[in-house]
Amino acid sequence: MRAAAETLEVLSPRTLKEALAMLRDAAAEGRPLTPLAGGTDLFVTLNAGTLQGRRFLDLWGLKELRGITKDGRGKQSALRFGALTTFTDCVRSSKVQKHLPILAAAASEVGGLQIQNRGTLGGNLGNASPAADSLPVLAVADTTLILASSDGERAIALGDFYTGYRASVRRPDELIVAIEVVVPKGRQVFRKVGTRAAQAISKVVMAAIGHRTAWGSVAPTVVRAHKLEAYLDGGGRDLAAAQQLLGDEIHPIDDIRSTAAYRLRVAKNLLAEVIPANR
Amino acid sequence: MGRRKGKERALQPSVGTNVPRTEGREKVTGEAKYIDDLTFPGMIHGRTVRSTIPRGKILSVTLDPAFDWSGFTVVDHRDVPPGGQNVVQMITDDQPFLAVDRVNHQEEPILLLAHADRSRLDAGCARVKITYAPEAPVLDLAHATHVLKQLTIEKGDLAAGFADADVIVEGTYQTGHQEQLYLEPNGAIALPGVDGDPAGITVYGSLQCPYYVVRALMRLFGLPIEKVRVVQSTTGGGFGGKEEYPSLLCGHAALLARKANRPVKMIYDRMEDLVATTKRHPSLVRHRTGVKRDGTITAIEIDLRLDGGAYLTLSPVVLSRASIHATGPYRTPHARIHGRAYLTHTPPNGAFRGFGAPQSQFAAELHMDKIAGELGLDPVALRRKNLLRPGDTTATGQLLEESVSAEEVLDRALARHEAALQRNNKSLRRSKAAGGSKARLHGTGLSMFFHGSGFTGGGEVKLASRAGLVLTRDGVEILVASTEIGQGTRTMLAQIVADALAIPYEWVATSDPDTARDPDSGPTVASRTCMIIGRILQRAGERLKEALGGYDSPKEFRRRARAHLDEKGPLTIIETYEKPGEIRWSDETYRGDAYGAYAWGCNIADVEVDPVTYEARCTRFTAVIDIGKAIHPLLAEGQIEGGTLQGIGWALYEDVVMKDGRMANGTLTNYIIPTTLDTPEIDVEIVENPYRHGPFGAKGVGECPIDGPPAAIVAAIRQACGVSLDRVPATPERIMIALDALEGGRR
Repeated sequence: MRAAAETLEVLSPRTLKEALAMLRDAAAEGRPLTPLAGGTDLFVTLNAGTLQGRRFLDLWGLKELRGITKDGRGKQSALRFGALTTFTDCVRSSKVQKHLPILAAAASEVGGLQIQNRGTLGGNLGNASPAADSLPVLAVADTTLILASSDGERAIALGDFYTGYRASVRRPDELIVAIEVVVPKGRQVFRKVGTRAAQAISKVVMAAIGHRTAWGSVAPTVVRAHKLEAYLDGGGRDLAAAQQLLGDEIHPIDDIRSTAAYRLRVAKNLLAEVIPANR
Repeated sequence: MGRRKGKERALQPSVGTNVPRTEGREKVTGEAKYIDDLTFPGMIHGRTVRSTIPRGKILSVTLDPAFDWSGFTVVDHRDVPPGGQNVVQMITDDQPFLAVDRVNHQEEPILLLAHADRSRLDAGCARVKITYAPEAPVLDLAHATHVLKQLTIEKGDLAAGFADADVIVEGTYQTGHQEQLYLEPNGAIALPGVDGDPAGITVYGSLQCPYYVVRALMRLFGLPIEKVRVVQSTTGGGFGGKEEYPSLLCGHAALLARKANRPVKMIYDRMEDLVATTKRHPSLVRHRTGVKRDGTITAIEIDLRLDGGAYLTLSPVVLSRASIHATGPYRTPHARIHGRAYLTHTPPNGAFRGFGAPQSQFAAELHMDKIAGELGLDPVALRRKNLLRPGDTTATGQLLEESVSAEEVLDRALARHEAALQRNNKSLRRSKAAGGSKARLHGTGLSMFFHGSGFTGGGEVKLASRAGLVLTRDGVEILVASTEIGQGTRTMLAQIVADALAIPYEWVATSDPDTARDPDSGPTVASRTCMIIGRILQRAGERLKEALGGYDSPKEFRRRARAHLDEKGPLTIIETYEKPGEIRWSDETYRGDAYGAYAWGCNIADVEVDPVTYEARCTRFTAVIDIGKAIHPLLAEGQIEGGTLQGIGWALYEDVVMKDGRMANGTLTNYIIPTTLDTPEIDVEIVENPYRHGPFGAKGVGECPIDGPPAAIVAAIRQACGVSLDRVPATPERIMIALDALEGGRR
């Protein structure tokens, strides 16, 4: 491990209230804490010696942040996920399988089983990797994040959460405590194009519900393709035009895993697969 | 209920059966001690400070005076003692243990640090400031001009051969780096002194070739052989990556240990191991082949180039094996093969399973498919017409008489693949019907290959390997420096000895080599351990049997053994390699019997290509290989499966991305090897066409399986979607570009 363990500080709160107090105090002192909600990405950077933070708030023991519940009925019904809901929880949940099967599908393609046991939705959102596999699913649905601090809670639509590459509106004294997803209507599709069949980071990852699509690994943040959606909602059915709109909305790059040209082309090909444009 | 068994059951042979692995229990239970599990009193930890530019002069090396250096041991090139030399003992004297005034590649070792607290080493490394005057580097084969080594193989009259041809077909093929990716990274522990003698040095390490390390340490410190002791720790894989590299690493640990006067452990983490240690040589191969209309080859001209990296290391011998195998298993009356290894300012490339032959045979097989395409012939028929058969001569003029199986492995592979197709036809049709809107594209490809067992040419004579047996009260103990690196050396050698002595397998004890006890049986490389060392030990067994005056049962063996030990004292038999009389080779002309025997292989790959994502996936793989005799069929099959999968990985996934002469994707996240889910059903058939000078007929098995998969997979992709790739890996990005070019061409 290329980081000296004794240079790290890890606080382990026993209750959510205690956790929020720790966050508040740390932020006030100007020594912010990085929430640790599984750590599957964080430990990789720790091992590589590239981890920036030195102070961590280990959320793993907070039972308040676990569990999947379904609230309301019919049009108003929503799934509520505690921020510490693991990918394994998503795969196994009958509620998720029934109402948001693309989340179960995405969760089952994250890393491998060990990663799925440890990685969480809150961690995936907070870590904010553009390649995160759960983000296109959450972005394509109507998803609200519940942020809590010692001062109370606020709700932020996922579409308003990210401000740039690995940047969000979350204040240093705030914690993502829950994720609420309105149970969607329409055909759901999830596709991950990774570097291999398992233990893979996405080159392109997408989720679709009806006409709506969201895309990962093709821009600094997850992208909800709004213009494309408007075109399809307006009755547009020309595949080339739809692909052109998608191409305008995503901004893939060359990196060590793939090329911008490949990502753009595969995104357009996937669109042809999932959108019944010419039917 | 008598106390004596009525009748002693006849002893069954051990060879050819799947006995339990001799070291299997300790590995499965976790008792086995790998290098990082070992600890010694007072032991501290070492780390390497490396270059961060590909080429240039070192202007200054400064330890930050503001940093607390107490407790650190610091070593640089000036710490090589008088009488020793700052040269890694290999083929030539170009590589220093520690850079003196210039660096020739990224990640070149410059300084060594040691500290009792492993975690302090990161801080220390960060406080070493090195300044350079950079020079323009040469980073790849396309730009390389400095030839490290070249050779020419000539047969017949090339001009006459081309004059005989109806058609001349040319092609260029290339391969990139490949990482060995043993599970256990490189690591070593050095202890000052040997057996209480403070002038000596003792090293434990994860390694393939204990005596390579012995000679490296002798040279580094100017020590006689008796003052150097090297012990192999349980080793988690090598694939060639622990052939020559440990000489460098063990030297570093030893330099630190002598200066600190304490044991020093150096373990590379995966990232350091990936960026700093050896890889498979990238290759660029041009073929020019004269062919008659009916497919008969009349002449083969090959220009073969390998990227050696910044130092010579083993490149001359990799080049040699690559060149000898460059025609593939085909006959030609006229040939010229010109091989060159070039210098580039990248980390030295080195030994990797196959040792040049996978690169050159990849090109040969792609070229056969190109010839078939240009002549409008069936690729299998073209191969069958030109296959090496008994009575033919190779490019070096070697007359093939015994254990020549190219046609047999071809026939068996075709039959086996056909049977698998019949079996799977129903389910295949069902999956097609259930497929998505865009059906996957299916294709099948075939490749043929051969692989010489043992060192090339006169190599085995020069090595003059020694191995032997010690008589014990319970049986024998094997004395050998050949290493168990996961492939089954200890088990396989014990089986051979058991049958040579006609005693139970369980009575043969083995251990990991210790050069203070074990004779130099040469390196554990080149598919030589079974055929060469196994044969030496078989002879040792036969001699031991004679020395005991013969016996007709294991019980009688034990009685005689004990009587001998009690009455005449200890008995050790050491045998030396004996060259079979008929083998002739000239290093000057590169003509003669390049290898005592060859393994022969045929692969058939079934591949599907996703037209949406351009991903190619191997769905079924057939591998038929003649290895003479499977001493332990299960282990042999495992070797073939493993080598095949490593070849599939190289064909489809494994891409070393180099930026400014440094591996840019040096993590397991980004250097992609196949997982279990990417692994197809691998259908293995072992052919046993015996070689009379191998133990019980055995030839080599370790390397041959990796020679064939890349070409078979590229051929399958061509059949699936029409693109002719000229390099691997066949990544989706490359397939997309090739498909675009194909469509552009059609327009």
